Amino acid sequence: MAVLIQEEDFDLSDELKLLKAGKGDAGAIISFIGTVRGDKSLRALELEHYPNMTLSSLEEIQDKAISRWKLIDVRIIHRFGYLSLGEQIMMVAVASQHRREAFEAADYIMDFLKSRAPFWKKEHSDTGSTWVDANPEDEKSLARW
Amino acid sequence: MKIKILYFAWMRERIGKSSEKIETEASTIDELVKELRLKDQRYDFAFSDLSSVRVALDQTLVSFDTSLTDVSEIAFFPPMTGG
Repeated sequence: MAVLIQEEDFDLSDELKLLKAGKGDAGAIISFIGTVRGDKSLRALELEHYPNMTLSSLEEIQDKAISRWKLIDVRIIHRFGYLSLGEQIMMVAVASQHRREAFEAADYIMDFLKSRAPFWKKEHSDTGSTWVDANPEDEKSLARW
Repeated sequence: MKIKILYFAWMRERIGKSSEKIETEASTIDELVKELRLKDQRYDFAFSDLSSVRVALDQTLVSFDTSLTDVSEIAFFPPMTGG
């Protein structure tokens, strides 16, 4: 289990090696990567977070997923700072015995990460800089669980 | 009671600072927000629509009617947009 909050980029294959190491009972590995989407005149994304709270909130989400789906392992990485178009923002990787738990747990972790982990995105474009509004659909998604 | 207040994202920009220590007699977060709004226009503007403000007491999300007893850090910020 690991939750990493970092400014630097990460390598998915290295992360998956760490996730799989010594876990022969894992029959399913799911990974999700969120990237900076290039639309309109976006030049870069700035991610701010609440350092004292970020780690504990992500660990809580991770722990709830592990106990609910009896996961074998989870790795979560979320970056902060300035990110250019196409850069990786975050990653969730889940290992479980069977695929269903892994798909559901990754989906659950993403839903809570989006609305409950203290990160804020600011878009920098040719026309100026604006904070991204939370999508009301993201909050509604939590009711699925 | 002395409390450390933190502001993030556009709350930080509207108020013009990322943190401050204040002395308050407020017993709930709602009361503290009322006090802050009276300080000056920047606070009044930042807290003008509480439906778009979230609050955490000692790094845990809570509602605005929560009591302020035994709190050392309070943070105000917009709805989160991680992922």
